[in-house]
Amino acid sequence: MTTDVHATSFGLPHRKLAMWVFIGSECMFFGSLIATYLAYEDRSLVGPTPAEILNIPLTSVSTFVLLMSSLAMVLFLDGVQRNARTTAVAWNAAVIGLGGLFLAGQAYEFRHFYHEGLTLQQNLFGATFFVLTGFHGAHVTVGVIWMTALLVLQVLGRLGPERSLDVEVAGLYWHFVDVVWIVIFTLVYLIQ
Amino acid sequence: MSTAVIGHGSIYAGGLRSWLTTVDHKRIGVLYALTALFYLVVGGIEALVIRLQLAQAEAGIVGPDTFNQLFTMHGTTMVFLVLMPLAAAMFNFLIPLQIGARDVAFPRLNAFSYWTFLFGGLLLNASFLFGQAPDAGWFGYANLTSKQYSPGMGIDFWLLSLQVLGIASIASAVNFTTTILNMRAPGMSLMRMPLFTWMSFVTQVLMLLAFPAVTVGLIFLMFDRFFGTHFYMPSAGGTPILWQHLFWIFGHPEVYILILPSFGIVSDVLPTFARKPLFGRPFVIFSGIAIGFLGFGVWSHHMFATGMGPVADSAFSIGTFLIAIPTGVKIFNWIGTLWGGHIVFKTPLLFAVGMVALFIIGGLSGIMHGSPPIDIQQHDTYFVVAHLHYVFFGGTLFGLFAGIHYWWPKVTGRMLGEGLGKLSFWIMFIGMNLTFFPMHFLGLDGMPRRIYTYAADSGWETWNQVETIGAFVIAVAVLVFFVNAVRSLRAGEPASDDPWDAATLEWTMSSPPPEYNFARIPAVNSARPFWLHKYGPTRDTSTHVQDEGTPAQSPEPGERIDLPSPSFWPLIASLGLASAAAGALVGLWAVLLGVAVLVIGVFAWALQPLERPGHPIFGEGGR
Amino acid sequence: MAEDSTLEAHGGGHAARGTYWIIAVVLAIITMLEVAVFYVPAIRGVIVPVLLALSAVKFALVAMFFMHLRYDSPVLTVVLSVGLVVATAIILAMMFLFGAIGRGTI
Repeated sequence: MTTDVHATSFGLPHRKLAMWVFIGSECMFFGSLIATYLAYEDRSLVGPTPAEILNIPLTSVSTFVLLMSSLAMVLFLDGVQRNARTTAVAWNAAVIGLGGLFLAGQAYEFRHFYHEGLTLQQNLFGATFFVLTGFHGAHVTVGVIWMTALLVLQVLGRLGPERSLDVEVAGLYWHFVDVVWIVIFTLVYLIQ
Repeated sequence: MSTAVIGHGSIYAGGLRSWLTTVDHKRIGVLYALTALFYLVVGGIEALVIRLQLAQAEAGIVGPDTFNQLFTMHGTTMVFLVLMPLAAAMFNFLIPLQIGARDVAFPRLNAFSYWTFLFGGLLLNASFLFGQAPDAGWFGYANLTSKQYSPGMGIDFWLLSLQVLGIASIASAVNFTTTILNMRAPGMSLMRMPLFTWMSFVTQVLMLLAFPAVTVGLIFLMFDRFFGTHFYMPSAGGTPILWQHLFWIFGHPEVYILILPSFGIVSDVLPTFARKPLFGRPFVIFSGIAIGFLGFGVWSHHMFATGMGPVADSAFSIGTFLIAIPTGVKIFNWIGTLWGGHIVFKTPLLFAVGMVALFIIGGLSGIMHGSPPIDIQQHDTYFVVAHLHYVFFGGTLFGLFAGIHYWWPKVTGRMLGEGLGKLSFWIMFIGMNLTFFPMHFLGLDGMPRRIYTYAADSGWETWNQVETIGAFVIAVAVLVFFVNAVRSLRAGEPASDDPWDAATLEWTMSSPPPEYNFARIPAVNSARPFWLHKYGPTRDTSTHVQDEGTPAQSPEPGERIDLPSPSFWPLIASLGLASAAAGALVGLWAVLLGVAVLVIGVFAWALQPLERPGHPIFGEGGR
Repeated sequence: MAEDSTLEAHGGGHAARGTYWIIAVVLAIITMLEVAVFYVPAIRGVIVPVLLALSAVKFALVAMFFMHLRYDSPVLTVVLSVGLVVATAIILAMMFLFGAIGRGTI
């Protein structure tokens, strides 16, 4: 009656299932932040208002950059799975570069807003906007650090196809962070 | 053969280092239980001081500020440091055993959850050292919690430690959700899982979805207090009601998080002591799922007094009444399980039946609260205190004690004394009702909650005195339990594998189980695999009838088993996280230092293989 | 555990590399459409449903293809859906309660 202890009930690797479970939880985390942003929209007593200060063209470019980083991510994973080492390294570097570019855009935006008078303390828009996009940015930062760690492993020749699950799980996290931005871009920037 | 519970050869043997680095779910379960029982005493003492102060009108045992700290810490401690970790202790010890697994999906993450819980609890209680325990209630309503109205450090301790505890819970929930979905023995479909595992599974999902809401609420509070934002401040267009929403979006599912494991325990205990299967098993399972799901739709029934208007009031009221339905289904199924059974009157049964009876009372007062006009009268009175203690103490805690007495032999290898067990039950039952039943009367008479004293001519003193006596009766009951526990550990009757003649997999192995749990992972053909094996299909009135069931455990594994190796890194990472949180009270440098330790811990953990050579292995080639 | 990595990390089949590029192009086009909609005064009236629909499409494309849900066990889709449904319900409830949609209570 001995059974293969390595099988799992749903045929899924633990880490992949766990990352999706975590993503389910994160839906509520960002959902609560977004709910507050939307509940408090139009309740600021003083300006600046979103219409006055949000820069759609710039943010569109940021959105595009993050979307392309997701493309780079799947190509990175594909490269690892096919054992195409140089390709995989290049695409991982692209993820890191594009993610970094997104963060740079955020940093620029935040600084610019501060100079225009939109601070955390200024009004409800400032508070809800910076906390929401700030935590998103923190998630992107964690992602960039994670990808960098994988890059180091790649360069050391320790990220072969047998470890593609590690890349896939990192990729799920990365894509989720991108998807959250899709939602934020629509609800915060485009629908004012 | 009588070996000491932690003597040589025991699975609990080993020095401090072995406990600090353990990744074994059984040891982690024991750690949770010991810590929770310690905090039970702490929270209990806080309650006793509260009761001493309230025993007489206009007493001067403690002043109002101290009193506020006491009821805040009592509530926060009991919810987060006693009830949740006692349930966690059972998730840890039992879920892998009940589903036929050798450990959880992520053993080191499991250890991390425990240490993070421990440090979170220590951080919360460290506030006492500064004479500034939080004092705004366990639910911390804004804007009492603002810097303006709570200028001290108490609320900071509270919001920081709760965030740490929240991380522990979410990590644990990810772990157990994955474990339950992915690590069941062959043949154990979801519908064949034991009820404790099922209800615990719904609990994990609730934790995953509810904790983020309070985390966000706490983050906003933290930003208001530390960085000058105005999330909860009307002066900037904000509202304190936002806090109430975020808190109760968490808080309502939280009460189901607190009760569902006890529902699961009772659903496993009653069949064993009625000698017949759980009545309406699929209905009990589906009603648990329904309760979990509906639990997200009723949170503002805690806010009927905030003037939300008829639409919101009606919606949340209807939802609240709807939840009574699956709850009622469970209660009738439990009664149906006992009905016509051959009842074995042992302590676990008493606590389980006590749980059902007391929860019914708590449920009835709860249903009353579900009607907004009635609730407006009862809100903020002792009627609510009565309700919550009937469901949390009568429901959750009695259920947990049923579980403690039921699974004690499996965990320790010893039996608890039946005499002392029954005595502790009756004293606790009497004490509990003496303390909390009169609160219904006081509440209806208008005695408000959270007051440190009351006027001599209020007419409330007599019942308050009765309640205080009741509280000390409860204390005696807890003491009797501890005496029973210590005697059992020292010289209790050794427990067989299956002292209760039960139906589920955890009883198929030695008490306590070997380190590797299952010599051979069983194949499961039934929801009652062990009964099927022992008695054949005639006992099994459910659908499946195959004559093999689950074999008893052979003493030695038939194949090589590698177990996860102990590791320091979960402890280190946890220490870093807690230090970062505590560091917020000190300065940015302290936070960054904590984060650095966390990052180092996490990287080292990720790079360390789970199973390393040199760790004991079993079976061919091992011992 | 060690057995994790040896398991089939992705379920039955998966998208070809070319498909990923196509999806990326579609995502970029939709983003440009969204921005265009934002700037076109004539569509302002229906801007909200249009933008919500467009971003839902982007979300679905990333989830189904980049995150591989289309080819994976349905369990994963269920896991994501539970989180999404509850989060969306909470967002809508909060918007109603605060008067961002409907009459509100606060």
